[in-house]
Parts: sequence; structure tokens; C-alpha cells
Amino acid sequence: MDRRTTIKWMLAASAAWPAWQQAMAQAGHGTALLRPPAAPGYGTDPDLVTPHRRGEFWPLTLSAAQRRLAAVLSDLIIPADAHSPSASAVGVVDFIDEWVSAPYPTQQRDRPTVLEGLRWLDEEATRRFGKGFADLDAAGQAAICDTICDAARAAPERREAARFFALYRDLTAGAFYSSPAGRADLGYIGNVPLKSFEGAPPELLRRLNLS
Amino acid sequence: MPFVTAKSQQSAYDVIVVGSGAAGGQTAYTLCMEGARVLMLEAGRRYRPESETPMFQTPDMAPLGGVGTPQKPFGFYDATVDGGWEVPGEPYVRTTEDHGGRFDWWRARMLGGRTNHWGRISLRNGPYDFKPRSRDGLGFDWPLGYEDLAPYYDKVELLIGVYGSSEGLENTPNSPPGCLLPPPKPIVSDYAIAKAARRLGIPVIPGHRAVLTRALDHTSNPRRLHPGNAGAQRILAADMRSRAPCLWATPCGRGCSIRANYQSTTVHLPPALASGKLDITTDAMVYEVTLGPDGHATGVNFVDRTTGRHQHASARVVVLAASACESARLLLNSKSAQFPDGLANSSGKVGRYLMDTVGSDVYGQVPLLESLPPLNEEGADGHQMYTPWWLYREQLAGKLGFARGYHIEFGGGQRMPGPDTGAGLEWLTGGSYGARFKEDVRRFYGSFVYFSGRGEMIPNENSYCEIDPSVKDKWGIPVLRFHWQWSEHETRQAAHMQRTFADIIEAMGGKPREVQSDGAKAIAPGGLIIHEVGGAIMGADPRISVTNQWCQTWDVPNLFITDGAVFPSNADKNPTLTIMAVAWRAADHILERLRRKEL
Repeated sequence: MDRRTTIKWMLAASAAWPAWQQAMAQAGHGTALLRPPAAPGYGTDPDLVTPHRRGEFWPLTLSAAQRRLAAVLSDLIIPADAHSPSASAVGVVDFIDEWVSAPYPTQQRDRPTVLEGLRWLDEEATRRFGKGFADLDAAGQAAICDTICDAARAAPERREAARFFALYRDLTAGAFYSSPAGRADLGYIGNVPLKSFEGAPPELLRRLNLS
Repeated sequence: MPFVTAKSQQSAYDVIVVGSGAAGGQTAYTLCMEGARVLMLEAGRRYRPESETPMFQTPDMAPLGGVGTPQKPFGFYDATVDGGWEVPGEPYVRTTEDHGGRFDWWRARMLGGRTNHWGRISLRNGPYDFKPRSRDGLGFDWPLGYEDLAPYYDKVELLIGVYGSSEGLENTPNSPPGCLLPPPKPIVSDYAIAKAARRLGIPVIPGHRAVLTRALDHTSNPRRLHPGNAGAQRILAADMRSRAPCLWATPCGRGCSIRANYQSTTVHLPPALASGKLDITTDAMVYEVTLGPDGHATGVNFVDRTTGRHQHASARVVVLAASACESARLLLNSKSAQFPDGLANSSGKVGRYLMDTVGSDVYGQVPLLESLPPLNEEGADGHQMYTPWWLYREQLAGKLGFARGYHIEFGGGQRMPGPDTGAGLEWLTGGSYGARFKEDVRRFYGSFVYFSGRGEMIPNENSYCEIDPSVKDKWGIPVLRFHWQWSEHETRQAAHMQRTFADIIEAMGGKPREVQSDGAKAIAPGGLIIHEVGGAIMGADPRISVTNQWCQTWDVPNLFITDGAVFPSNADKNPTLTIMAVAWRAADHILERLRRKEL
């Protein structure tokens, strides 16, 4: 992570919960669910060399129903195609579960956004089509996502849902492109030892008019 | 005599060095290679880069994709151990939480300190940077000039290995032949940025970083560094042979197990230990410099963190190299009848004139760089090129509205995808998802360019640290309280950075994202760039400074401070290379005085 992201994190960590989340918590809408169990985190001196698995440092907390919905939504955002598998096929749901269950400020701030967003999806699906979001056909799911996929264009009453969708898309993409399949999808060929570093290929520079 | 516990320390040390980072590492290296017996005390734990560094680990192997958390602020794989802006059990006090008045203090409790994770950007200060007050009437001059420090910049470059080039630009010194390693070749975005910047009259030249782009010259460099000292030459030659050059992969901030970049633990400490003259005790939290009746320092008191026991260590000379603020804290906490306001503080200037670097960032997206073929652009982890400050003439003529300059660090390219990849693209995609989103991410991957301004802050009376009257850390040691204020010289500079970066991105045909015209909002809070210096500044006048040009405190002849605390100004150039050059010069001075039995 670069310093820019760190600074963003620093500033975000000191920001309060959005007002609607506070109001929701005060009104008793699943307050217990919004707060993950307290956990110490991985500490200030974790083992950096051994690969870690999700749930190793704090328990995953999403219910089976939430995970099912999470998988459906992740795969709507990143479906399988000719180049790479879908989001859920590379463990994105575990990543999101780890994220919303984590004991750190950014993740604890994101938790109610994700949990309330998933609930909103089901409520909206039930209101419009009479069944849960995961049980809708592709056209029904798209009809809902199309109203919240761009916060700038979302109707005022769907702003919070659009904010959720943006966050969920960011988490899905981040998890997917962090995976070996995601890296390959982007054609990433670094992180291997080289004898020498040749920089930009001259023929490419000529094509871009940069030589 | 390598690593010793608090119990097994010897009694006959010439010098105690408090701290093991850039300043402590350099001071101990210079002293030990020339025969002095040194005890180094490090507050953090022992750290072994060769076995602890996550070299090729990918984000999917880390919790949360490796993003920063309060326990690992620069990300899970950052080399920092037991550190960050918050260290458990070791609080400090801020007088305000406001963006413009807060100071956040980064510490690392580990052998080698912050050198294990730093950016490795290694720029020499120029001649103007040592005489800023003479030039524009603000701040303080150093009691030494570029010509005094130049030979030590040469030495540090020859020892640690710095890539770069000599371009002959104003206040941007050349290095003598043989000092610098060749810079890495530029990547596509470097060419695109350079072309646009040059059209705007902004220079772009090879960067300078402490990374071995090829092996160091183990025959010539040891002879140039230790003339007439065959033992030191032999030790250093063997050590240089064992450092591998860069393998063009893995982020430097994780540290480097093959020792291809500089960290104190891989470059300074191994030869110093091989000399047989260095003892290191880790987990030794120094809290006081002790004073004898003759007004000389007798040693230091420290807490052995492994047992909680308090212990004293003694030597002929005490060197503080604990980092600017920690060294100031140590002095302020060392009170006696002779120095009721803290040791070496007869001037009242200990803790005063803290400075950080002015920092402000802009990024943007460049259509020219979209959908390029797969390229390995990891290189030496970025910073193939940079922009030194270029508006000296306009500034001196008063045309800019701020008195000091900044340099530009920039980057781009197809870097390792991670938890940021594909995030926050709505401004470009209109909120796509599904198959179109995957196409969009492929299209935009590698097409972003990032600009960071790093500028000079002028010391002021309102940016300082003092001992908090009530708060103590878990060892019972009184902690620091920070006061911070930017002047318009800094906030206007930050606004100028924002405009300039937006201009460059637009000149590339790209779209800048979130440009901030209000400098007070654009500037990063104090301490966030982690270039804090000052707090025990050197000067020519004992009434308004803490040390002389040799880092020797005016009040206590055998007490020296060789870290960034002594900086009377904080040039835009990242401070680490200068810290090492100043420390080497001070250590040479200590050696000379020891030989003459003056210490």
C-alpha cells in the first residue's frame, strides 16, 4: 500500500459513522449484527512469511444466507468470461466476510454498510418482484443493480444503496484482482526475479509517439 | 562481540549509541570500522531481514489483502515491526486533532528502525539548502556548508549504494565519478510524464534511490572509504560481495532479504559487527542520559523490555541517534540540578523547531496508457525518474508567494494488482458492473499516474514538542506532547503542487482526479510524510541552538546527537541521506577527539 492510501485510511479512520447508520443502530435495527465480535487483530508483529487463511486472526461472521447473497452479488459484478473465472470462484466471499468481520476501524465502518446493503437488496427484490434477490432471474437482478450502480445517477432515496454498491464493487474487485486468476486476467507479469530490467520496449514507445 | 543481553554488556565502551536506524547505524559503522568500541542500544526487538522479509508474497496471502490497519499502517507486508503512528503502550499527546494542527508521530520498535521500510529516496541537499536564511531571510542557516558535507555524501553513496545521475541542475548536486550506480531504465509512463512536463518547462531526470542496480565495486569502494585501514577494507569488501543486486521485483518497503537496498540491518550493522567492535543490546528502552559531577555524560539508563529491569550503561561518549523526537524526549527527560529543564537545554531550544516535509498528492488517468500490452514494470520499485525543484529564480524574485521549493515523485505503470485495483472507477466507467466492468478494469489497469510533492517546511515557533506533565508510557517514562502549525509558505506550496500536477496530467491528455485549490486542505497533516527533523538544532550560536556543527551539544562536551534532530532546516530533499552524511562526519570528529584523549 502506498502512502496516499495510508493517508486516506488515516483520515477515514477518524471520521464518524454516517448519520443514517447511527440512526439505524439507535432504532434497534440489528445493532448486535452491525458490530463484529471484538478481536485483537493480528497484532503489531505478525508472521509475514507464512501465507495466512481467512478466519485465522478473527472469526468470519456472515450467515449462510448472507454469504449466498454475497456470492450472487459478487458474481454479478465479476462474472466468469473467456479470460477468467467469476469472483466467487476465487474466494471473494471469504475475503468480504473477513473484511466485514475484522476488528479495525475502516472495516468496522464498512460492516453496517455491507450488511444493511445486502438486506436492502432483499427488501427491494421482495418489494418489486416478490422474492429474495438471490432467487431473481438475471433480468430482475439487473433491474435492481442498474438503479444503484452509479452513485452520481442514483435517485435520492437510493443514495445509500448506491454507496453500498460502490463499496461492494470495490471490495469484490480488490479481492478478485489480488488473486492469481485476477492478476492473470490483467496480464500482470511482474513479481518474478529478472536478470536485468529493460524498461519500456522501444517499439511501443515509437507507437505511442514517446520516443 | 555481537548481540549481547542487558546482563552481558561489557564495561569498557568508548561510545554508547542510542538507536540503530540511519543515524545510529552510520555512527556505529564509522566508529567501529576505525577501532572504537561501541555499545548500541535499540528499544525494539532484534530483526533478521534475511529470514523475516516477505519477498514474493502476494496480497491474497495476507489478511484483508494486505491493506493498512492501525497495527500495520503501511500494509501487512510493510517491514515495520511494533510500529506505526500508534505504538501500543507508548502514547504521545496531540494538542489538537485538527487537520492543520495535528502531528502524528511514526515510530518503529525494531533493529534498524525505520530504515527497514523507508522509500530509499536518497537526494543530496544542495548549497542553498544549508544557507536558507542567508538566501531569503527565513529560518536558520546551518553552521556548515555543502562543501563541508560533500565528501560525506560521497562516502555514504559509495557505502550504501545509490543509483542516480549527475545532471548539473541548480541546487541539485552532482556526485563525483564512481559514486552513483546507473539508474534503472524508465517505464512507459515515465516517458509520457517526462514529455508532458518538459513541454511545461518542468525538468525530469533520473531518480536517486538506495538500491543496487548492479553490485557495488568491492575492490575500489572499500579503499576509497577506509584509506590506510586494511582491516576495514577487508571486512567491507567481503560484505559488499555478499550483497546481491536488485532482482527487479518485490516492494522495497517490505525490506530486502538479498540486501539489494539499504537498510541499517543489511548494510551498516553487518560490517560493524564483523569488526568485532560492536555490541548490540535490543529491547533496551533508553530513558535518561546520566550526568557526572564534572558536567560530562557518564552513560544512560534504560529499561530492559524483556525483564522490566532498569539498568545503567556507561561509556566515554554518549551519542543519541534515537530519531529526532525521541532524542529530544530523552534530553528533556534527563533532568538534574544543573539542567532542570532537560539536559543540554540551556538554550531552551530542545524540542523546538520540529519540521516535517510538505506533502500533497494528485493522481489522474491517461488514455494514452490504456490497454497496453502486458509489461513487467516493477523495475526497482518505482522512482526511476523524478523532478527536482526548478523555479528557484521565480521564487527568489517573489513571484510564487512561498519561499521554498519542492520536488516531485511520480509513478505509474502495470504494478502488482492488489486490493486497490478496480476500486473507485465510477468517475471513468459511469458505474459499470458485470462483463463490461471486467473490460473496463483491463482497459484502465496501468493507465493511472501518481504525483507526490515533497517540499520544504520552514521552522517556526509553533511547531515543537515538550514533555506532557501527566501522561507516561508503560515503562513510566514521561511522553511527548506535540504542537504543530503550518505557515502560508507551506500551504501555498501545497496548492502550487496541486495545480502543477493537474497541469502535467492534462498536458498528457489525461484527467486529474480531485484537485484541491485550498492549500490548507491539500497539505498532509504534520508527521504523515515521516520526515520529521529538528528538535535539537545545530547552529553557530549556543544561545539559539543545541549542538555545534559536529553534533556535539554545547552544554555537555561528550554528548552528541547524530540524527535528524540537529537539522536547522528541512530541505525538500528526503532527509535520510543527509542524516547519514552528518552522522559520518560527526563520528569522524568523535574518533579524532577520542584519539587526542579529549573525550
